[in-house]
Formats: sequence, C-alpha cells, structure tokens
Amino acid sequence: MTRLKKTAEWLTPLAFIGAALLIWQAVSMSGIVPNYMLPSPVQMVQALIRDFPLLMKHSRVTLLEAGLGLLIGVTLGFAAAAVMDAFPTVKRGLYPILVITQTIPPVAIAPLLILWFSYGIAPKVVLVVLVSFFPMAVGLLEGFESVDDDMIRLMKSMKASRWQIFRHVKVPAAMGQFFSGLRIAVSYSVVGAVIAEWLGGFEGLGVYMTRVKKAYSYDKMFAVILLVSVISLLLMGLVRVLQRRCMPWAYLNEEINK
Amino acid sequence: MEDFASSAPDILRAEHICKAFADKQVLRDVNVRLAPGELVCILGVSGVGKTTLFNILSGLLPPDSGDVLLADEDGSMKSIAGETGHLSYMLQKDMLLPHKTIQDNVALPLLLKGMKKADARREALRYFDRFGLAGCQQKYPVQLSGGMRQRAALLRTWLCGNRVALLDEPFSALDTLTRTAVQEWYLQVMEEIRMSTLFITHDVDEAILLSDRIYIMKGSPAAMTDELRIPTPRPRDRDYMLSEEVLALKRQIRELIG
Repeated sequence: MTRLKKTAEWLTPLAFIGAALLIWQAVSMSGIVPNYMLPSPVQMVQALIRDFPLLMKHSRVTLLEAGLGLLIGVTLGFAAAAVMDAFPTVKRGLYPILVITQTIPPVAIAPLLILWFSYGIAPKVVLVVLVSFFPMAVGLLEGFESVDDDMIRLMKSMKASRWQIFRHVKVPAAMGQFFSGLRIAVSYSVVGAVIAEWLGGFEGLGVYMTRVKKAYSYDKMFAVILLVSVISLLLMGLVRVLQRRCMPWAYLNEEINK
Repeated sequence: MEDFASSAPDILRAEHICKAFADKQVLRDVNVRLAPGELVCILGVSGVGKTTLFNILSGLLPPDSGDVLLADEDGSMKSIAGETGHLSYMLQKDMLLPHKTIQDNVALPLLLKGMKKADARREALRYFDRFGLAGCQQKYPVQLSGGMRQRAALLRTWLCGNRVALLDEPFSALDTLTRTAVQEWYLQVMEEIRMSTLFITHDVDEAILLSDRIYIMKGSPAAMTDELRIPTPRPRDRDYMLSEEVLALKRQIRELIG
C-alpha cells in the first residue's frame, strides 16, 4: 500500500468527525437548540478540563471495576470454552443457555445485582463479568474449533496427548478470536461498569454522571460521555498493540504487502 | 498377484486388512509389504480408500480384521494395529503451525516426546542443511514458499524418529514446476536418509519417478490388485522420465488401473 493511500485511510474518518463537530458547534452557537440542553463541543472540552482531577478520581474506580470484572470474565470465558471444546455434551447443554443469557439486557439485571450485592463495587464487577464472559467464551470456542481435523490427526499420529494438542495447536489457533473477543469485551466492560454505577453507588463515572444530570450540568454530562469514549478507545487500542506483540506471525504478510 | 517384494525381511507388513464404514465395505483383504530402505508407492484413483489404509497403518483407525506388523530392532514382527506413534505420517497439506517458527515446527515431534525445548531445537537444527532449509530456522511458515514448507514438513516427519514413514500425497498440492523440483530434491534426500517409506499418490509419473515398487489399489471395496517393480534403480532424473521404459510402464499401469 502506498503512503498516500495509507494516510488517506485514517484522514477520511478524521475529516468526517471534524465536520460533524463543526456542524454541532454551529448549531449550538446559532441558538436553534437551547444551550443548556445541547452544549457545544467547546463547552464540553472546557468542562472536561475544569473537572479533570475529579473525573480522574471517578475514572479510577470505574476502571478498577472494569478491569477486575474483565479479568474474571476472561478467565471464566476461557475455562468455559475449554470445557465445551473438550466435552461436546457440555457444549450441547451449555451453549444455548449462554445465548439466551445474552438476550437479557444488562440494564435490566443491574438493579437486581445492586439488591443482592449492595452499593459497593461488587455489583459493578459482577455485571462486567456477565457482559465480558460471553464474547470471550464464544470467540475462544470458535477458535478452538477452527483447527483443521487433519492437524489433529497428525498430532494424534505423533502420539500427542489431549493437553498437548490443546496447548500446541488449539490455543494458538484461537489467539485471533481471543483478541477480537477481548476488544469487544473491553468496550463492554467500561460501558457495563458505567451502567451499573448509574443505578447506585458512591464513586465512579456513572455515579458522577447521575449527579451532574440532576444538577442540569449537561456540559459536564457530555464531558463524561467523551471521557468514557476516549477510555474505551484507548483500551481497545491497547488490545491491538498487545495482539501485535503476542501474534507476530499474523502480521508478517501485512509487512510484505507494504 | 505376483510378489515383487525382495526376500529381505520386511520392516512393515499389513496383512488381510478389512475396513467398513456404516455397512460400506471400503477395504477388503489389503496386503502390503515394505522392506527396509524401500520406497513403495500406492497408486490409485482419488477416493479409492488410500487414506483410510494409511489411517489404519498409522493406528488412527483400528482395522475390522487383519493386522499391521512392524519389525522390532531385533527383526521380530510386532502388531501395532490401533496404536499411534509407531509410524511417521506426512499429509498433503504441510500442516505447519502458523504460530511456530520453522525450527519449532520441525522440533515439535521431539517436544511431544518430552524432550526439553532447547535440546529439541538443537537436535532439529542438525538437519537443516541436509534438508535444504538453512537460514529458515527463525522464519514463520507464511514466509516460506510451498516447496520449502513441504521440505520442513518432511524434516518434521523424519524427526518423528520412526523406522517407517507414511506419505499421503505429499507433493500434490504444489504447482507443477515446484513439484518437479521438490520430487528431485526428495529423491536426493532419500538417498542420504534411506527412510523406509510408503507413499500414496494418484500421479502415475510421480509413482514411477520416486518408487522402487508400485502397488495398484483398485475396486470398491478396494484391494491391491497389482504390483510392479521399476527396473531402473533410484535415484532417477528427468531424462529417465522420457525413456522407453517409462512409456511402457505407463501403458502397463494405465491398463491395470483401467
């Protein structure tokens, strides 16, 4: 790919975002929409800068909940996928249940979780576990099953044990799906934590959001939304970097094409 | 059927192998003999049951009746029917693991046997020159051409360390020019390593170029219907393929396969 093409590739979305922000700024300055209802992007950034220390304090809590939940969710997802891959009966029984649980909106269970686990970080962590578990389990299972049957035959002809086949063939084969799942799980985890905080708590970006909403400080509200987006994007970017580090072989062809 | 096998003691013998899948008889009374250092082709049309036979020989499938016998170090024949790990197996697809370097890919059989990683790598490296893979140690499979990948796959097969190798159409996925080059290379390597080999192919030219003897496998259920010995000893070159002898052999094989 030529340099110019490459530049155009990331410039195009940037230009569109810029245009959207300009229109938004124009609309809010023209007074078509009352300023207190839709603050301009500039006001939003000003609010973000003004409240920065406070926002960081709340972010720390939200990130802790998201990180902890993610860690548990990913671990459980991995374990579930491994068990379902090893025992087809478990897969037949468990998989439909997993799919059904995904039709339940997280917002609907969050109040229940608060009833059960009170107002601390526990209900938030549990909700993050619930939303991050599924993309991990499904992605990894698909990855494990993507292995060529002939590869398994070859491994068996070499007298490889089930564990050796899992370790040398299945886990590496699932790495691509693992990271795709992780990218989704990471963004879900931040959003999940914020949603859980809305419904009650002492600290966190979601709690802060409900407070500023009650105070009708919509510029602050938008500042938090912006911050949540930025955090999610940064984390997803981090996953991408991690993926490149962990799977150098997957990017070799890309470099040849450059 | 005439018996062309040498009077030397066999290293591998399949006796009266029968196999059926869900009432469909696939193999009926299949007999195969292989002498030490011999290269024997099994020639037959696609779908005749060649791979089923290899699955039985390698122990991946148990035969319904009949036996697979492998010579011990002391020359006595021992049944290996239904047991994996006694014969080295190579498939049409190179089956190199994309996430491992060539060095680690070929060292895999050693690693599976419990050898330490460093020792397995060192052992594998000893053969890189002989197999024409010098300089490829640290490369990943995607960085290698199809021909080079099959070389690596053959080295891995060799490093399985068994006395007999089964090669299931190992060069059929390569383009014609690469295939010719790899076949010539293969004959050279075989001169050095003298691995007793059973080789499946549906390519008449390949069978004549590479083997000492050819079994014709035919019918449904399939059996070895004929056996030919190639008069000119290995290794043979490209000019040999244009000789009268080869033409006569091809005519004979065409009539036998019918």
